[in-house]
Amino acid sequence: MNGGSELIFEQSVPGRCGVTFPPCETERPLEQLIPAGMLRRQPPHLPEVVEFDVVRHYTRLSQRNFSVDTHFYPLGSCTMKYNPKLNERIAAWSRFALLHPTQPASQTQGLLRMLYELEQLLCGITGMAAFTLQPAAGAQGELTGLKIIRAHHRAKRQNRPVILIPDSAHGTNPASAALSGFRVVEIRSGPDGMIDLGELKRHLSNEVAALMLTNPNTLGLFERNIAAITRLCHEYGALVYLDGANMNALLSIVKPADMGVDLLQLNLHKTFSTPHGGGGPGAGPVGVTAALADFLPVPRVRKTGERFRWDARGRRSIGRVHAFYGNVGVLVRAYVYIRTLGREGLERTSRAAIINANYLKAKFSTLVPIPFDDHCLHEFVASLKPLKASGVTAWDVAKRLLDYGYYAPTVYFPLVVEEGVMVEPTETESKATLDAFADAMARIVDEAREHPEWLKLAPQRLAIHRVDEVKAAREPNLRWRPDAKSAVANEASSLQTG
Amino acid sequence: MDYVPNTEAQLAEMLRTIGARSFEDLLSNIPADMRARGLDVPSGLSEPEVLALAESLAAGNRSVRELSSFAGFGAYHHFIPTAVDAIASRGEWLTPYTPYQAEASQGTLQMIYEFQTMISELLQMDVANASLYDGASSFAEAGVLALRAGARTRLLVSDTVHPHYREVLATYLSGFACTVQTIPHVNGVTDLEALAAAMKDDVAAVMLQQPNVFGCLEPMEQAGELAHRAGALFVANVYPISLGLLQPPGAYGADIAVAEGRCLGSPLTAGGPGLGLFAASQELLRRLPGRLVGCTTDHAGQRGFTLTLQTREQHIRREKATSNVCTNAGWLCLRATIFLSLLGPAGLRRMAELSLQNAHELRERMREVGFEPSFDQPFFNEWTMRWPREEHAGRLLRRLERAGIVSGVPLAEWYPMQERDAVWCATEQTTREQMDRLCRAVRA
Amino acid sequence: MQTPQELRYTKTHEWAKVTPHEIAVGITAHAQEELRDVVYVELPPVGKVLKQGEPAAVVESVKAAFDIYAPVSGTVTRANADVTKSPQLVNTDCYGAGWFFAVQPSQPAEVEGLLTAEAYAKLIAAAAH
Repeated sequence: MNGGSELIFEQSVPGRCGVTFPPCETERPLEQLIPAGMLRRQPPHLPEVVEFDVVRHYTRLSQRNFSVDTHFYPLGSCTMKYNPKLNERIAAWSRFALLHPTQPASQTQGLLRMLYELEQLLCGITGMAAFTLQPAAGAQGELTGLKIIRAHHRAKRQNRPVILIPDSAHGTNPASAALSGFRVVEIRSGPDGMIDLGELKRHLSNEVAALMLTNPNTLGLFERNIAAITRLCHEYGALVYLDGANMNALLSIVKPADMGVDLLQLNLHKTFSTPHGGGGPGAGPVGVTAALADFLPVPRVRKTGERFRWDARGRRSIGRVHAFYGNVGVLVRAYVYIRTLGREGLERTSRAAIINANYLKAKFSTLVPIPFDDHCLHEFVASLKPLKASGVTAWDVAKRLLDYGYYAPTVYFPLVVEEGVMVEPTETESKATLDAFADAMARIVDEAREHPEWLKLAPQRLAIHRVDEVKAAREPNLRWRPDAKSAVANEASSLQTG
Repeated sequence: MDYVPNTEAQLAEMLRTIGARSFEDLLSNIPADMRARGLDVPSGLSEPEVLALAESLAAGNRSVRELSSFAGFGAYHHFIPTAVDAIASRGEWLTPYTPYQAEASQGTLQMIYEFQTMISELLQMDVANASLYDGASSFAEAGVLALRAGARTRLLVSDTVHPHYREVLATYLSGFACTVQTIPHVNGVTDLEALAAAMKDDVAAVMLQQPNVFGCLEPMEQAGELAHRAGALFVANVYPISLGLLQPPGAYGADIAVAEGRCLGSPLTAGGPGLGLFAASQELLRRLPGRLVGCTTDHAGQRGFTLTLQTREQHIRREKATSNVCTNAGWLCLRATIFLSLLGPAGLRRMAELSLQNAHELRERMREVGFEPSFDQPFFNEWTMRWPREEHAGRLLRRLERAGIVSGVPLAEWYPMQERDAVWCATEQTTREQMDRLCRAVRA
Repeated sequence: MQTPQELRYTKTHEWAKVTPHEIAVGITAHAQEELRDVVYVELPPVGKVLKQGEPAAVVESVKAAFDIYAPVSGTVTRANADVTKSPQLVNTDCYGAGWFFAVQPSQPAEVEGLLTAEAYAKLIAAAAH
């Protein structure tokens, strides 16, 4: 039984092919060109299908997805805003999409100017002195930032092995710090969900390379004491790294440089509206103060008069983090977005994102507790703990929301909220959508009390029911096998035994 | 212009529901002296104005379609069938995120499962992940995996691996207590004697590239044997299209195979975004970086797909995760999956054959106009040649540039001994007319 | 909750079964209930030298991973291959077929410091309030 989820491999018929190529004029015998021992003996088992099979298959699969274009997608911390079609159109032009990375600068002046101007725009938005566009994602931006932090302390001949990270941070923060060879020390949040200055002070020493923090934090709250926090870190010679994942709350409201942070990464696929693509690619540019600019990765784009060029020199640079210049296709989209919005549009974006979040929070607060109930910025975290009395978890509610036609908020994060649901509506959703979503949530809270089994069995209205994640983890089946029994056959046998 | 649907009147009404007198009330946590006073950003533009601006920038670029490009060096211009763009531009593919809610993401999940299968098949490896950022980060993650495996602290990396990849590896490893030792080449391929001499019991992995940066085919089987005899992992960085003809990493015993997968249906875009392929043997499954999709069933017994083995990852393991990577290159995965479905085994083989044939044809022609092969080795679709003896390299490069030719990539920046060498490339896209144009420009 | 009398326990929810030649180790009924469906167990290789209180094994559910600490110091003599093959044994029979590994203790006196069944049961009861 596959419920319409036939694999492309299962549609394969030997001898079919979905492409044609021009003939080759002078074909030399293969064995004269490549030693026999280096030639592939067994062709890969790829599907043998025609173009129409492929079009129908992947069009039908696409219809098994919720997406921003089709559904409200309030996934907290991910800023799932509308991705304008204009950005896609321009990024697909062959004079952007079909540039070779080693072409001489004379053939790519338009692109170089765009990248140079994008760096300037990001400086203007954040107040930082310089940017690199190279990191391919937020987490690679973090890694880049941590390497810069290490280089900064080494240049001062200091060995500082520790990075402080609040317990409410994204998981990438400690993972990036560990990957950069640092020891991670966790800072407990205070009762208000903010960094506790006393706790921070206890952990600061000349061992600490930097504090990594998110502001607004993952509860959607602005760190009230941010000025004191950065001052305190600097007194100990530690740097402050800002995870800029939540920048959608700050456009035109606070420039991160004015918080006193030394460096940050931006997630262009969040704040600057490049599509998430089902998991990527994104882009994670890193901005730094003037004091750290020499450590940025190479190459950097330079301007001389009205000409632009790549400059691979940089004695103090941490080196490359990307094979060429970064995710240029993503950068083009972000540039177009920022030029479209401009100063006024950016201001209206954060303002509307904050009002949308507070509006939805006001509606939610009549249904479930909001543990750190202050005015939030772009997102908020509610707790579904009271529903536990009827045996219903945040995970069940998330699944039931799918039945109502909404993607689920982020659940069980941040870890400081029990049965947490993290909701980020973004500025591009209308009041009517937020009202309808709040109504659905109200009905689900009622259902949780009266018919908890409806939630335990959710989703009921999608192409498939709740998937068995335990089975997926106990018996990993990570690829279809052409030989022996296919995945379908395996499934039948495990159904009998399970 | 902006993308906010709510009118100012609606926003005001919403503020009343919130119980705030003004928007400023919502910002009470932000110290007044920290507030931004306007951004140093130009005013917004209408859609026609943005299009005009973008056109003026595009006018400063020349695409490889308008030129004759013979540059490869890790970025290959291969044909992209029309159906790839037609399907991939659908909003249902472009605008979801990582498929955390499996039931509402079956499209993306099944596609990635198919992708993992195709990549495992292509590389002939046991298991492939849902992709990483690009080939260079996959290569670096392979080094990290090998070092984290145990007590071994040395990586042996051939200097015939793409220099950018080695630089990214060095950046990733700058905080690790480890040594990266470069193995020299002889006549364009890794010096096996030097490799054998460097094999000590502290070697965590041997890392090679096939075809290598000069385009030469490496003795992968022998290098792999040397690695395994010393108990080290063998890592192969490969070129996916070449695997239509060449032995895949699984056939010569690679423990980890990585590759830049952009050539599978995604445009060059000046080198990014890429598609980092990462595949490994079954024994390394629990140490893989990045996302994995598994096939399972739903509660009614129907086939379904979900993210799985997530306890390796940063959002659960935090500082103990196998990697910090959070996302994959989902949209490029999709493009590669559609591309490989359209090509199938026959199309892939034909694309590889045409690339190989064009490359050998062009090298012959370049030899006729005075270029000399730098190495005497079999090659796939890239090869290294010395500028004609009588030519001043700089002048020749400028002449080619004026003639609308993207030349082979000069190697002197990374290989001072190869100061008159460049690595050239042909694919199935290379035409006889382009070859003629190059030869005419050299003779001129 | 089941807390066999003949076993000794740790605050981190491991049990230790003392026999003349070795000490077998597993996790308690309370721990497996908290974890819910165990999907993966990673055991130390035979011959590995463990130190009391240090991570010795890993147990995972779908969305969580926990270190299992060595209750006593010693050398691993056996590892339960059945539990790596069928991790659900931890849920169905945590004091029996779902055992993890056994050690030859190097500091037999460490056993005296472990919790008795009564003390462990009290600890669990206290945590529930």
